Amino acid sequence: MTHTDVRLDTAADLPVERDALIGSSGRPGRRQRGERLMVPRAEFRSYYGRPVLKPPTWEAADIGGYLFLGGLAGASSTLAATAELTGRPQLARGLKAGAAVALAGSLYSLVHDLGRPERFLNMLRVVKVTSPMSIGSWLLAGYGPLAVLAAGSAVTGRLPRLGRLGTLGAAVLGPAVASYTGALFADTAVPAWHQAYRELPVLFVGSAAASAGALGLLAAPGPEAAPARRAVLLGAATELAAARRMERRLGMVAEPMRQGLAGGLLRAGRLLSAGGALAVAVGGGPGGRARQRSGGGQAVTVAGAAAMLAGSICLRLGIFEAGVVSARDPKYTVEPQRQRLEARTGRRGRRP
Amino acid sequence: MAPDLRETTVDRRDPATVGGYAAPPERVGFFTDTSVCIGCKACEVACKEWNAVPEDGLNFTGMSYDNTGQLDANTWRHVAFVEQPRRLGRQESHLAPAGVPAELRRAAGGRTAVSLGMPGSAPPDGHVSTVPGMDFRWLMSSDVCKHCTHAACLDVCPTGSLFRTEFGTVVVQEDVCNGCGYCVPACPYGVIDKREDDGRVWKCTLCYDRLSVGQEPACAKSCPTDSIQFGELSELRSRAAARVSDLHDAGVTDARLYGADPYDGVGGTGAFFLLLDEPEVYGLPPDPVVTTRDLPAMWRRAGLAAAGLLVALVAVALPGARR
Repeated sequence: MTHTDVRLDTAADLPVERDALIGSSGRPGRRQRGERLMVPRAEFRSYYGRPVLKPPTWEAADIGGYLFLGGLAGASSTLAATAELTGRPQLARGLKAGAAVALAGSLYSLVHDLGRPERFLNMLRVVKVTSPMSIGSWLLAGYGPLAVLAAGSAVTGRLPRLGRLGTLGAAVLGPAVASYTGALFADTAVPAWHQAYRELPVLFVGSAAASAGALGLLAAPGPEAAPARRAVLLGAATELAAARRMERRLGMVAEPMRQGLAGGLLRAGRLLSAGGALAVAVGGGPGGRARQRSGGGQAVTVAGAAAMLAGSICLRLGIFEAGVVSARDPKYTVEPQRQRLEARTGRRGRRP
Repeated sequence: MAPDLRETTVDRRDPATVGGYAAPPERVGFFTDTSVCIGCKACEVACKEWNAVPEDGLNFTGMSYDNTGQLDANTWRHVAFVEQPRRLGRQESHLAPAGVPAELRRAAGGRTAVSLGMPGSAPPDGHVSTVPGMDFRWLMSSDVCKHCTHAACLDVCPTGSLFRTEFGTVVVQEDVCNGCGYCVPACPYGVIDKREDDGRVWKCTLCYDRLSVGQEPACAKSCPTDSIQFGELSELRSRAAARVSDLHDAGVTDARLYGADPYDGVGGTGAFFLLLDEPEVYGLPPDPVVTTRDLPAMWRRAGLAAAGLLVALVAVALPGARR
C-alpha cells in the first residue's frame, strides 16, 4: 500500500490507482495482470484478502499422520482376520502386530494434538452422531482394545479364544476406523475437504487397503503374501481413481491440490503409489516368482511395498495441506458461494 | 427423505426448545446496523474488558483503521474498515431514525439546537454532492459470532463443551473443552478459534453472564450510535426490515440484511447485520451453509466405503485359501 485516492482533487499528476482496493492486498502469488484496478474486479472480492474461514489448528504431522496410521491399522486388522481364516498365520500375525503399533501411534498423535491432552477422556463424555470426531472416538474406544487383544494373543500365543474374539471384532470395526476419517474431514467448512465429501472416504479406504497390503508384504513376504499383494493392487487402483475423480469434480476448489506443497505431496503420492503397485505386481508375477528364489523378486516387492507406504503418507499429508490452503485463501470460500448464490437468485422467489 | 442430523429443523425452529429447554425465554440476538457504525471500537473494548479477553498483539496492519484484523480466540468483536472509491451514498444525509424522541422534545421545551462546534465529515456548506471528486466512502461494521440456528461448531463438538443456552445462543464450556479444535474449521464464518497459550477454543458468549441477570451484552451497552442493537430476535428482525426499507426509500439501494433469513444455509443467525455492500467485502461468506447439512450423505459414503473395504479384503484372501 503506497498511496490512496484520498487526495487533493487538483493534484492530477498523482497516480489514481490504489493498492488497497478491496481484494487486492495480502495475497502474494496472485497473478498481476498489468491492468490498473480502476474498478474492483467484478468476480471475487474480499476483506483485504483476509481468509473468511479459520484454517484447521491441527498439526499436519499429528492429524495427517493419524489419517495414515488409523487407516493402516484398520485395514490391517481386517486383512489379518481374512488371512487367518484362510490359513495364512504368518501374514495374520505380522498384520496384527503392525495394526497394534499403528494404533498406538494413532492414539499418541490424537492425544498429542489436543490443546488440553489431559482431558482426552472428555471425548467419551457424550455420543454425538453429528460429530464424526465423537463417533470416531467411540470407534477407536471399541476397536483399540480388540486390536491389542488380537495382537497380544498372536504374538505371545496365549489366550487363543480371546485372541480370536479380538481378531474378528477388530476386523469388523477396522474398515469403519479407516473410512470415518473421510467424513471427519468433509464435515468442516474447509472448501477442499467439504466439497470432496463424496470421494474422501473412498480415497482413504483405498489408500488404507494399499498400505495394509504393503505392511503385509513387508511382514510376510513369503508364500503367504498373495492376499497382501492383491490388496496393494486393488487399493492403489481405488485410490488413484478416486483422487482423479475428486480433482475433476471439484473444479476450481481442486486448485490447491495441484499447486504448491499440497500439489507436490499429492503428485509424489501418486507416483509412489503407482510405482509401488507396479513393483509389487512385477515382484509377484511369473518372472518375479522365479526370481524370488534368488531373492531378486523379493527385493522388488519390498521396495514396492515401502514406496506404497510412503505414497499413502504423502497422499494424507497432501490432502491435509490442500485443505489448509483452501481455507486460507478467501477465493475458495467466496467464489463457489457466489456462484451458488447467483445460480439460486437467477430463479429467485421460491424458497424451500 | 434423508434424516436431518442438524440440531434444529425447519418445523421446530426455536433452537432453545430443540436444545431441550421446556419453557425457554425468547431467543435473543444482535442486530448490527452498519449504516450508523462510526468505527469507534467501543464494542471491542467493552467486550475485552467485560469478558477479560487477553490482549493479543498491538499491531499495525495497514488495513485502514482496522488494527484488530479478524475475529479470533482473543477478539470477540471486530470492527471492519472498508475504504471504497465510491460516492458517500448520502450516508449522513438525515438518515438517522426519524425525528427527535417525543420526550426529548418536551424536555427541550421549545429551545432550539445550538452547534457545539463538533467536527463533521461533511464539507462546510453541508452539500456533499457539490464537492467534485468526493468519490470515497468508508464502510464500517462490527462483526461478532453469529450464534447460528444451525451451528456447525455446536454440531461437531465431540465433548459437548459447546452448548445451546436457554436464550438460543451458543456458548463454550471452558471447563469441558479439551482443545480438539474441530469447531475451528467447521465454522462457516471463521469465528471460533483456539487460544494458543491456553489450548482451548474461545468465542463470543453473547455475554451469557449478563443475560442471566437481565443485562444486555457489553458491546451493545457501549455502542454510542446503537449500531449494535440487542433484543429479542423476532423484534429485531422486524425492526431491521423497517430500517432497510427506510434506507431504500432514502436512495441507499445497496442496503441489505445479512443473516436475517431463517431459510438460509445456517437457518438464520442470532446476530445479523445490515450491510451496505456485498458480504464478502466485509469478510463475511456470501452464502454460508452449515457443514452438517451434508452429513447424512457423508455418513452414507463413509459407510459404503467401509463395507466396500471389508468385502474387498475378504475377496483378496479367498483365492488360494487353505482352509
